[in-house]
Amino acid sequence: MKTWVIILFLTLLPASGLAAGGPFNDPEHRTFPADYNEPDTRPEKGEEIQKYAEDAQSGAQKNFGVQPIPDNEMFAVFRGDRLEFQTREGEDAVLWDVQTWLGSDYNKLWFKSEGSWLLDEEEFEEAETELFYSRNIATFWDLQIGVRHDFKPDPNRTFAALGIQGLARYWFEMEATAYVSEDGDISAALEVEYDLLLSQRLILQPRFETTIAVQEVEEYGTGQGVNDIELGVRLRYEIRREFAPYIGVSWSRKLGETADLAEADGESIETTSFVAGIKFWF
Amino acid sequence: MNGSKEITRRNFMKTTGAGLFLTGLYCTLPLPAWALTTSPGIEQRTPKSRYDFTIGYSPVQIDGREGAATAINGTVPGPLLHLREGDDVTLNVTSRLMDTEHASIHWHGILVPFRMDGVPGVNFNGIQPGETYEYRYRVKQAGTYWYHSHSRFQEQTGAYGPLIIEPKDGEPFDYDRDYPVVLSDWSFEDPETIFRHINLMGHYYNFQQRTIWDFLEDVGERGFADSISERVAWGKMRMSPVDLADVTAYTYTYLMNGHSPDMNWTAIFNPGETVRLRFINASATTNYDVRIPGLDMDVVMADGKAVRPVSVHEFRIGVAETYDVLVRPIKDQAFTIFAESLDRSGYGRGTLAPEPGMKAPVPALRPRPVRRLEDIGMGGMLHGNMKDMSHSQMDHGGKPSRDDPRIPGPNGPTPFKPEKSRSNVAMVIMNPKYRMDEPGIGLGGDGRRVLTYDDLVSIEPQPYSAKVDREMTINITANMERYMFSFDGKKFSEHPGPYLFRHNERLRLFLVNHTMMEHPIHLHGMWMQLENGADELPFKHTILTKPGEVLSVLITPIEKGDWAFHCHLLYHMEAGMFQVVRVT
Repeated sequence: MKTWVIILFLTLLPASGLAAGGPFNDPEHRTFPADYNEPDTRPEKGEEIQKYAEDAQSGAQKNFGVQPIPDNEMFAVFRGDRLEFQTREGEDAVLWDVQTWLGSDYNKLWFKSEGSWLLDEEEFEEAETELFYSRNIATFWDLQIGVRHDFKPDPNRTFAALGIQGLARYWFEMEATAYVSEDGDISAALEVEYDLLLSQRLILQPRFETTIAVQEVEEYGTGQGVNDIELGVRLRYEIRREFAPYIGVSWSRKLGETADLAEADGESIETTSFVAGIKFWF
Repeated sequence: MNGSKEITRRNFMKTTGAGLFLTGLYCTLPLPAWALTTSPGIEQRTPKSRYDFTIGYSPVQIDGREGAATAINGTVPGPLLHLREGDDVTLNVTSRLMDTEHASIHWHGILVPFRMDGVPGVNFNGIQPGETYEYRYRVKQAGTYWYHSHSRFQEQTGAYGPLIIEPKDGEPFDYDRDYPVVLSDWSFEDPETIFRHINLMGHYYNFQQRTIWDFLEDVGERGFADSISERVAWGKMRMSPVDLADVTAYTYTYLMNGHSPDMNWTAIFNPGETVRLRFINASATTNYDVRIPGLDMDVVMADGKAVRPVSVHEFRIGVAETYDVLVRPIKDQAFTIFAESLDRSGYGRGTLAPEPGMKAPVPALRPRPVRRLEDIGMGGMLHGNMKDMSHSQMDHGGKPSRDDPRIPGPNGPTPFKPEKSRSNVAMVIMNPKYRMDEPGIGLGGDGRRVLTYDDLVSIEPQPYSAKVDREMTINITANMERYMFSFDGKKFSEHPGPYLFRHNERLRLFLVNHTMMEHPIHLHGMWMQLENGADELPFKHTILTKPGEVLSVLITPIEKGDWAFHCHLLYHMEAGMFQVVRVT
């Protein structure tokens, strides 16, 4: 187990190339008086202190064969952000929205899946999966590059995906991703969430989601421009940090050409549903 | 991986009985002799020059619940290490932690040759399971110190104890009774789990967050404009004004000499006696505010070095600091020793009593404080002279206003320019302030006289040159949202090499805290003397730096070699706030 984790980590590591330099190489940091000679600190070959990211250009430290501080620890987490039952005005459905990642501070392998199962029709309405290499690019942001595959709606489709995920100002959790389908159609999705604390454990979470398409793809019922928006508000109670049941309401509306296409098909363009579910991670 | 660890631990528990029998007297007791529930104080003149320590898994009982500790000689805290100044001591440490990479003991605050300092990977390769490392050094100082494991999280699970050194020329003050008071934090959770929790969710243990009702209350008190602009400023930084401690009483039981508040460790005194209390903060992450309602305390030692007595009602003790205080209870009554955690989520408690079984009222916890922007050196944000938190506009942070004469020159701290490509630095303080005259967040303003660093005046001999040869700045940096902690914007593994000190030079080191939390910064192997304006600068081995603070210390590196320099909050250290100082 440990070995393959390390192998995986090493394959991802080159991306984390370190900028050379430090307080002792940067002339701006030099505060030594004129008579001060820097001691030669370069240890003998093989005597360096082990570091995950070693800069061979400057003085490394003596090696005792033990890593003093393993500060690039790998973590893995599974997050069930939404696992819920939706009433949808008689067309009941079950929705899942889960993510899992494995990695360290800078590099992660990220898997996401989202979709819904219609209870009456006993079939999937939507089933999306995404696999990303995620790279920390700024204090609060990760850049994500990968692929998306939709098992549903039929026929299934594959996309190239590029996105960012992180914490925006004022504590808005954001995910924005652009997609190019195998047919060359370009689209984008945006998700924003916010936590409002009513008490230490009772938390109200407004949520906004939208998709935008550059081209009309009639086969999938998506028009040009903004396809739809979804607004939700969920009230959860954190029994533990890792486990919170919630109730809420979700409203979605198709817009523009997408709405026209839906109406032509005799589908409703606006849905309000009550939801009940759990948010969890482990 | 985890499973096998559990099994090893469980097997160990089964065999602890036999193991304990072999390792000596202390091991048959759940607590060391010096920290019995009702203690008459430690005996004078019992120092030894040879000790044998064994670190192993042992059961501990806290509030009736059993946990597994990495205990030294079977007890938490470990045995009292009582040495005499001038002696050559031999300390044999054996590791029985068979499933760990290594164990170690670091003698905190003791000046030793660098191979004896006990940091795996820096001073030696650690003590492998089943092996013994012989520490030998000459004791060149006296006072109150402590020792602890420097391997991973063993300190959190009980591998620590008091270390006191008897001066060869007699104590600098008189007293009748002598008690080490070791403050610590215990969790039944595996520290690896705690570390994972706070890495994945910074506020995992914080159940004192600000709710919308707190905000509305603020609006009522301070007006809408003020409240919203303060909230917006924090929102820009994506930080919380009530992020006071990473790990709280949600999982911790705060201990005093291994006793929970309910177990009530009791020190006995006769009315009229002078009692020396040697406070040692051996916590993994908890800073404490200590007071004894009804008694004034004379602070007579800080970090093992004598200071001019300061009479206070309360003092803050950062992780790894020590303070010796004298109290003179006249009345025939009990007094509560109350150690409140900085975030006010819980407390450690003990009792000073003329008779066993006596108790005094336990004070209520005070409300948890809320940091203001001024407290973290970001007061400017409110007044619009800092519109944006992006790095481009914070390039030249870390330059204090030069009109404060308390920040020594000639140059003052070097401005800090984090590398833009890194996400290690969430905040750069534009105008760090001199804060050694402040008692700290949540203290003062309630009529109590609280110790500040400005109060410390050394009464020890000053052996080092007064002339400063060189200045150097180290910035304390973090991205708490991602739980990345660093010096100069680099985690340990990202630094290209050690910080360089020259043997026997007189170095002025500026520490600038660019985070919004307190960090107890510890330098191994040499003293740091606080430049607090005192005629005789006090010696410290650990300095609790405040958010947005700049302070300077004078250092004479007296021993060549590699030395650890780190934040003593265990989880910050393991997240990268650690560096090696090389003295050549």
